[in-house]
Amino acid sequence: MNVLSCRQISVKYESKFALENCSFELDAGSFLGVFGKNGAGKSTLLKSIAGIIKPNSGTLNLGIKKNEIGYMAQQTPVQKDFPASVYEIVISGTLCKRRYFYFYGKNDKKTADKNLEMLGIEQLKRKSFQELSGGQKQRVLLARMLCAEAKLLLLDEPASGLDIDASKQLHNILKDVNSQGVTIIMVSHDIQNTVNFCTQVLHLGSKYFFGNRGDYNAGIA
Amino acid sequence: MLELLEELFSYSFVVRAIAVGISVSLCASLLGLPLVLRRYSMIGDGLAHVGFGTLAVAIPLGLSPLKVSIPLVMLAAFLLLRIRESSKIRGDAAIAIISCSSLAIGVIIMSQTTGINTDICNYLFGSILAIKQEEVYLCIAISAVILALFVFFYNKIFSVVFDENYAKASGTNIEFYNMLLALLTAVIIVIGMRIMGALLISSLIIFPALTSMRVFKTFKSVIVCSSILSAICFFIGIVVSFAYNIPTGASIVATNLGAFLIFCLVSFIKGR
Repeated sequence: MNVLSCRQISVKYESKFALENCSFELDAGSFLGVFGKNGAGKSTLLKSIAGIIKPNSGTLNLGIKKNEIGYMAQQTPVQKDFPASVYEIVISGTLCKRRYFYFYGKNDKKTADKNLEMLGIEQLKRKSFQELSGGQKQRVLLARMLCAEAKLLLLDEPASGLDIDASKQLHNILKDVNSQGVTIIMVSHDIQNTVNFCTQVLHLGSKYFFGNRGDYNAGIA
Repeated sequence: MLELLEELFSYSFVVRAIAVGISVSLCASLLGLPLVLRRYSMIGDGLAHVGFGTLAVAIPLGLSPLKVSIPLVMLAAFLLLRIRESSKIRGDAAIAIISCSSLAIGVIIMSQTTGINTDICNYLFGSILAIKQEEVYLCIAISAVILALFVFFYNKIFSVVFDENYAKASGTNIEFYNMLLALLTAVIIVIGMRIMGALLISSLIIFPALTSMRVFKTFKSVIVCSSILSAICFFIGIVVSFAYNIPTGASIVATNLGAFLIFCLVSFIKGR
């Protein structure tokens, strides 16, 4: 089943192209690595898919519902001193399944607990988000997306700022999540450590490439 | 002390000011947390100045200040958000321009109509006498509606404020929530500025949230603490204002500042 198809997507900032004629299709359960130099349009592509910015031209078709998308980028300045417990953040993921009534029920609490446990952060439940390490924060945000039962995860440099161990852990978790049928699109500048568990690769920039990982020559970077 | 309180409550205007003031402080503190967290703190100040401008128009024309100010300030809030989203003028600069201009226009109109008198001082710095008998129920009813809306959308507001991009990606209409917050803020500012004064009303929005965040680190605890704190500070402030004949707004802000410093100290001691 097709989760996403992009045809000739272009995004302009002022008069400069941030992303030009990007086309690809993705099946459910894929793990797409998006690589390329700074300014090649990796984050722009992700934001367009997420619906945060509107492409200037091209078509973007989703094979899933809008509320089945999960988006995670580098930490925003707002989140730095944000007073919120881990539990409050994780359970807020269940909200996007609701349409008119925004209170948490028993099932939502169960979902939150289940996902906290799955990501190994149940002991952090009552802790404040601002006191966590970078790797713990990323896991909290992942747990939130799992609570939303997201079918497509858009991750913008999820491992940035993490040490080697934490980023390995994060990658293992992503592999797990992916093996349960969740499609993942991950932007990364670290080709070496991430390309191995991608099923497909999209390389933006002058040496445009889209295809299976096996056909991708990592030397292209 | 008891005698003072007894005397205080024997005046109906004081009782009115306290009833309206506490409900307004409560709402302001609730709306304040999302505004402070999203770096929108100055929107309160800007809207209060617009409120001053609209009062200057309403009073000489003999119109009811609330009925003129509320829609106009809501309109200003709507425009401010639009400017912030789209244009080349940065949000903080837009707020500054709108706020100074409406203050200036307000003063010009007042000087040409009612004249510069103690009324202006009351509008700028607040007065305990401001709330009239017939307005009490309206003010409290509006506060109750705002409170209900906030509680209903509480979880949604949390998720939008915490991570706007995620909320947008997963299909939330974030413009709706931004607009809701701005419009409710506009309403609460118009009601509150009569007691607090146009120059000081934004403190009701900023202080409780900022103070609570010194010590509390989860969203719910900050919300609970700031709503309790806002009511207590308002009450102490108004008692002091009555006892020493200080402008009400100034006295309440000073009380809030005191609470802020105490919380800073507590957080400092806790951190050691």
